[in-house]
Amino acid sequence: MTPNPYLWLVPILPLAGAAVNGFFGRRSSKKAITAVALIFCGAAFFMALVIASGFSSASAPYYFNLAHWLRSGSFQVDFSFYLDQLSLVMLLVVTGVGFLIHIYSVGYMWEDDGYYRFMSYMNLFMFFMLTLVLAKNYLVMFIGWEGVGLASYLLIGYWFTKDSAAAAGKKAFIVNRIGDFGFLMALFLMIKHFGSLDFTHVFSAVQSLPTETAGTGLLTAIGLLLMVGAAGKSAQIPLYVWLPDAMEGPTPVSALIHAATMVTAGVYMVARSSAIFERSPMAMMVVAIIGALTALFAATIGIAQTDIKKVLAYSTISQLGYMFMACGVGAFSAGIFHLMTHAFFKGLLFLAAGSVIHGIGGEQDMRKMGGLRQYMPWTFLTMTIATFAIAGFPPFAGFFSKDEILWKAYSSEYGSWVFWLIGVITAFITSFYMFRLWFLTFFGDYRGTAAQGDAHGHDDHSHGHGHGGPHESPWVMLGPLVVLAFLSLIGGWIGIGGRFEHFLAPVFQSGSAAELAHETAGEAAGTGTETLLMLISVSAAFLGLFLAWTLYFRRPQLPARIAASLGGLYQAVAHKYYIDELYNVLFVKPLIDGSTEILWHGVDQNVIDATVDNSASAAREVSDTVRHMQSGNLRSYAGWVAAGGAVVIAYMIWMGVWVR
Amino acid sequence: MVPLSYYLLLSGILFVCGVLGFLIKRNIITIFMSIELMLNGVNLSFVAFAAHWHALSGQVFVFFVMVVAAAEAAVGLAIIIAVYRTRETLNVDQVNLLKL
Repeated sequence: MTPNPYLWLVPILPLAGAAVNGFFGRRSSKKAITAVALIFCGAAFFMALVIASGFSSASAPYYFNLAHWLRSGSFQVDFSFYLDQLSLVMLLVVTGVGFLIHIYSVGYMWEDDGYYRFMSYMNLFMFFMLTLVLAKNYLVMFIGWEGVGLASYLLIGYWFTKDSAAAAGKKAFIVNRIGDFGFLMALFLMIKHFGSLDFTHVFSAVQSLPTETAGTGLLTAIGLLLMVGAAGKSAQIPLYVWLPDAMEGPTPVSALIHAATMVTAGVYMVARSSAIFERSPMAMMVVAIIGALTALFAATIGIAQTDIKKVLAYSTISQLGYMFMACGVGAFSAGIFHLMTHAFFKGLLFLAAGSVIHGIGGEQDMRKMGGLRQYMPWTFLTMTIATFAIAGFPPFAGFFSKDEILWKAYSSEYGSWVFWLIGVITAFITSFYMFRLWFLTFFGDYRGTAAQGDAHGHDDHSHGHGHGGPHESPWVMLGPLVVLAFLSLIGGWIGIGGRFEHFLAPVFQSGSAAELAHETAGEAAGTGTETLLMLISVSAAFLGLFLAWTLYFRRPQLPARIAASLGGLYQAVAHKYYIDELYNVLFVKPLIDGSTEILWHGVDQNVIDATVDNSASAAREVSDTVRHMQSGNLRSYAGWVAAGGAVVIAYMIWMGVWVR
Repeated sequence: MVPLSYYLLLSGILFVCGVLGFLIKRNIITIFMSIELMLNGVNLSFVAFAAHWHALSGQVFVFFVMVVAAAEAAVGLAIIIAVYRTRETLNVDQVNLLKL
């Protein structure tokens, strides 16, 4: 453990930016707001680079105690930061991608009235996200965890005058509360049994416990509760329903929070808690199953969506499922690797989609796009790279991380061919719907009306361009696209030859000695199998491309016929399997009815209100009777005094009390 | 020697006469005299106890009561005169408001 006094600067800088813009932004010029937001966010990125350049695996992990917080007997929680290989990766991804998206937001949100508010929220989000990844104990992590939830709520409901945006913000917040409940329960269990929330203490305490092979026990309980929290934050079954609705927020928000960083917090948390999960095969299995199911389930929904951002949202859920599957089969570093490449290409996909939406005046329906390749060449180029990256074509970033996960799902001691098969099917579907999006958006003829721009405004993008047709976005938006496209292209290369895995190995070292030995043994025997599996997954990606090309480029009239012949199945997929409706019937409606009938009409009106009302009216009635004593007549008062005296004397005689 | 209970009985009778007079009579002078009657009823029990227990403190109390009663008579009669001058009546039932 080496102290590093610069750690706390990284989160604090964006907080300062958020405070300056939040307090003074209303009266500042847009240029000043831009300068503040970008300088503070850029400074955080710069600090992260400085810290990374001084990082050496020999002296890691680094830590810094900012202040004491809770001190109660032997239980201590401090505001302290922690940096190891895992947090370093997260730190660079969050500040780097975050900074690029801040730049992009300048172009995208420039015309919006609440520009200062938007920039302030974005900086606030950066602060909480960096707190989350740099925390040294679970409680500081929880602050960041809740804080990003708050920032997410504020930014989803950023256009709060629109009912659907306000509702989506609330939905995200409430669904996340369910997950946070699980997270908190896990923290309470840790406090009770380990007496500490510090990562180092908890993990060393965990390491002294035996592996819970029976499938029940303390570590299984903690692991499953942590997974509940992760499922809420990272949109996994059954708590994923908030993420598609979260697309009501501005597109840079979708890119930053709901694709690149915040939603991956659950993966980070599970990877951070790898010591706990590795001691509980049961919890690992649950994580892997949830991840695999979510990956497949969300991918199938993505096929039938028509809103460009909704496709990307379901794709995000599906890719997060991949990451959880990786964690669940014990390949934490593969999960984090995919988290990183996903941040590049999914952030890019959202930003490019935002550029498309921006360029055609706020339209998000892919059926009204088409042929945009010639109007916005740079957006097209970057989007193409991102699409190939997510579909898993070599040598793009997604190929390396996805292939790593698929190989581990097959070969790891927790893995099985079932996970691998689900992964490959998902990869095929992913490739299909991504190329469907690509063909629908950029090929064929433009299907929108030229002058739709200002009136439509699905994204509330009513800016006074007065343009006659689709146009390319300004360079302040294209710049980040190009940088991210570059990263999506080469970002996977750091994983070649297991370098990324070896870099992260010290973090996941608890089982690593056995695992590495197992791996070297398996690798010699498994090279042939690995190549075969890789060929299968790449051909799955090609198959998806081919199918999308056939259906949406060569014969564009075919999809409608297929949809018609599938009938009910297509309707179910297009309506997201009616999960929202199911949740409404199962949870929301009983909750509302129960609250109305039992809590409101029953408890509140008949018990609480009734108690107050009845005691008030009883007091009024008694006073009404007694007030006649107060007549203002002197002699009646004297009579009361005499009567009272007589009663006291009678009582004393009757009870035999004598005064001495 | 007259027993203590006789004195106390007489004292009680005097006090109750005073109380009843205070409650029943309407004339403010009579009410005033009823108060004096109560005070003297109490005085009688004080001196009776003092004689019975051979303790002088009871008699000292009586002197205090007399002094207070004299002061009260002076102030009270002055108030009665003032009331009569403004209201031209001594009936307490018609003097139930402090303001005019």
